[in-house]
Amino acid sequence: MNYLYFPGCTLYTKAKNFDQTARNCSLLLGFELVELPNWTCCGATFPLATDNLMALLPPARILARAKEQGEVLTTLCAICFNVIKRTNHLIQKDGEKREKINQFIEMNYQGDLKVLHYLEILKQEIGFSTIQERVKKPLNELQAAPYYGCMLLRPFEEMGFDDKERPTLFEEFLTALGARSIDFPYKIECCGSFQSVGTPEVATECAYRILTSAMRQGAEVIVSTCPLCTFNLDQKQSDILKAHLDFKTIPVLYFTQLLGVAMGLEPQTLGFEQNAVDPIPLLKRKGLV
Amino acid sequence: MGGENKIEMGTSENGFIKRAMVIGGGIAGITASIDIGNAGYEVLLIERLPSIGGHMLQLSETFPTLDCAQCTLTPKTVETGQHPRIRLHTYSEVVRVAGRAGNFSVQIRKKAAYVDWEKCTGCGLCQQKCPSRYPSEFDRRMGLGKAIYTLSPQAVPNKPVINPEHCRYFLEKKCRVCEKICPVGAIHYQQEDRLIEEKVGAIVVATGFDLMPVERFGEYGYGEIPDVIDGLSFERLNSASGPTNGEIRRPSDGRIPKEVVFIQCTGSRDPERYMPYCSRVCCMYTAKHARLYKHKVHDGQVYIFYMDIRSTGKGYEEFIQQTMEEGILYLRGRVSRIFREGEKIVVWGVDTLTGKKVEVLADLVVLATAIVPHQETKTLAQILGIHSDSYGFLTEAERKLKPVETNQEGIYLAGCAQGPKDIAETVAHANAAASKVQALFATH
Amino acid sequence: MKIELSREKVHNDFAKKVEWISGQNLFACYQCGNCTAGCPVAFAMDIGPHEVIRYTLLGLEEETLSVNTYWLCASCLQCSSRCPKGIDIARVMDALRMIILRKKERKDYIQISEFPEGFLEKVPQIAFISGFRKFLS
Repeated sequence: MNYLYFPGCTLYTKAKNFDQTARNCSLLLGFELVELPNWTCCGATFPLATDNLMALLPPARILARAKEQGEVLTTLCAICFNVIKRTNHLIQKDGEKREKINQFIEMNYQGDLKVLHYLEILKQEIGFSTIQERVKKPLNELQAAPYYGCMLLRPFEEMGFDDKERPTLFEEFLTALGARSIDFPYKIECCGSFQSVGTPEVATECAYRILTSAMRQGAEVIVSTCPLCTFNLDQKQSDILKAHLDFKTIPVLYFTQLLGVAMGLEPQTLGFEQNAVDPIPLLKRKGLV
Repeated sequence: MGGENKIEMGTSENGFIKRAMVIGGGIAGITASIDIGNAGYEVLLIERLPSIGGHMLQLSETFPTLDCAQCTLTPKTVETGQHPRIRLHTYSEVVRVAGRAGNFSVQIRKKAAYVDWEKCTGCGLCQQKCPSRYPSEFDRRMGLGKAIYTLSPQAVPNKPVINPEHCRYFLEKKCRVCEKICPVGAIHYQQEDRLIEEKVGAIVVATGFDLMPVERFGEYGYGEIPDVIDGLSFERLNSASGPTNGEIRRPSDGRIPKEVVFIQCTGSRDPERYMPYCSRVCCMYTAKHARLYKHKVHDGQVYIFYMDIRSTGKGYEEFIQQTMEEGILYLRGRVSRIFREGEKIVVWGVDTLTGKKVEVLADLVVLATAIVPHQETKTLAQILGIHSDSYGFLTEAERKLKPVETNQEGIYLAGCAQGPKDIAETVAHANAAASKVQALFATH
Repeated sequence: MKIELSREKVHNDFAKKVEWISGQNLFACYQCGNCTAGCPVAFAMDIGPHEVIRYTLLGLEEETLSVNTYWLCASCLQCSSRCPKGIDIARVMDALRMIILRKKERKDYIQISEFPEGFLEKVPQIAFISGFRKFLS
């Protein structure tokens, strides 16, 4: 089974490990990510100003091109997922804007493409029980705290990913891999997002609160699904240490990296060198590498 | 079950039946029944629970007087039970209604209690000896009750019912202790529901209210935090006959809470997510709860998150101001989220009067959840052929001038089935419905 | 701190512009503060999002355009998802950003030249693309 795949700018560079592990795992699970030809940047934010049509053109173009190739488009980056899905929703609902957008991009897209996140494919198309059967190296009760962030969940009416107050999809996934999922209250709170470029101290504080909340509940590792969240939670731990002297670092992994460990992929292929806080000591302690 | 002595019902020459049926045995139904009975007409009072009294029975003290609810209500329930013209059909439901004013045919299902109420003397031995323990609905699942039960020691009628979902005999064919212990052999496991037919001339619908369940609120924990409770549950905690004998204790560990947060408008005035309307009574009962708590726990601090204070009844505004002067902190703002952190409940709210975000580490949180019509009211409306609104409240014939009449002659409304109201308003509403019935009967 | 209200001041052109760009009715806000209560970055804001809406409605353009509130907003949508009146507060925040950035003088909120050495190489593209969209004119 092939899935048309939109990687987005970051997945081939700063979050290469995310992309690679996702592709390798998908092959083991019986599907393949086929890159959308001629893809361009999605714009990284869904335009909240109602008069900003220009910002809708890039995601609309992606959707239109994807529809020429197939019925379903998948993506890994939560931000791209949010932008593309919300644009899709707008095109479905607003006939006037749909007209204008189509005229501009010189295509005829009617909003009928299905947009799925990789995790939704794992749940709906493959099934977590199937994944559990294929696990070669159960994660040995690793205490993994799933961090959902914002873009997967909100606005619920358009994203429909999971319950926005108490999502459980990620936890079911981690349990299928043999980890012990750690529920923590900050799992749906924002990591600071682009404030790491605007007012970085605020993003540092957001990350601090999220990480310490997870650690108070006993988390050994944070599991992420977004390159920006990972940057704010992983790379910025050096900034957190400067602001909070008693802070203890904690590794942050993409969910596909953990999936790769569980599926028995070689650790060298899982891109751990891109993780700022080294996860290898923890994984060694748990007998997973 | 219940007195079935044949009382002569009044009919006029053209066959207009001067007998009323009141559906619902809470304070509204009781008030209407007594009024109509005192006027000389026979009343059938249908109540779905085993005994009458409704939610008022669960309350500890009532505003603004802080009188004991049981002390106010019990004389009324006893009067109803002993009234020569009121026939009680408790543990019963209305199944079908046909006909018109003066000649309604009603089919009532009398649910199987598995106890022969004719023989039962109300001695209470069966309840004492029953070995089952299940979370009691009357105590809002904070205390344990038995499989064979009456709602309270002063229940009217004081006859128990067996809940087959909790009874060891029904589940596993074991036990039968109640049968063995009953001195008059009233236990009857083979009992079945019965259908009876009655004819009445007028109907008063007094099916009351329910609270929107705490489980609905995702941002408040989906009902999974034991120390996040609703107003009726607080009433049970404060009641001397409740699960903690009237001591305010946390449901999770039984400790006395020192930091208590009350959140008004939970599910009310919220058109986007829940109910758009105001539930009318929460400002007053929250203030009441706060004061009752403070009277018992002197070194506790109470925080009430509110948007506005609605205290329009006689003595209400003074009550609110007195509450504030007793040191209860009113914070104007909503609460966005609450979650558990260790033994505390973290409350994220705001005080819009200073503009600041507020965080409280609470020991107990009480949500003033929205008043909604009782679940069965909508079905009942269809059975009766009367209108209800999109929330299920029964629609009055005219919003200002006909508050107790419906679009059907002979069918009247009393109490919260028509919309949220406090006890005094409910009694007035029920008095009005009763007077309409009497006027109807007098003119035929 | 006294403000003089009149029909010219209340819901003035400034407020109307905010409503146009955001598509939201500011009069619908009944100042419950739920947005501020749940905002993850409100701890660092001069005034909360609910106050910004209030200031705007009262026509206080100068004060509203001088606070840091919407510059700290991360568009996480927590406010919009919990507003009992269904107001999309995140859009109002964005509208205020746009009003300032679209002014004739075209002043950026962040200056790329001030980034520390090697910063842009470290930060994932999605961070500065979205950041530039929110902060550059």
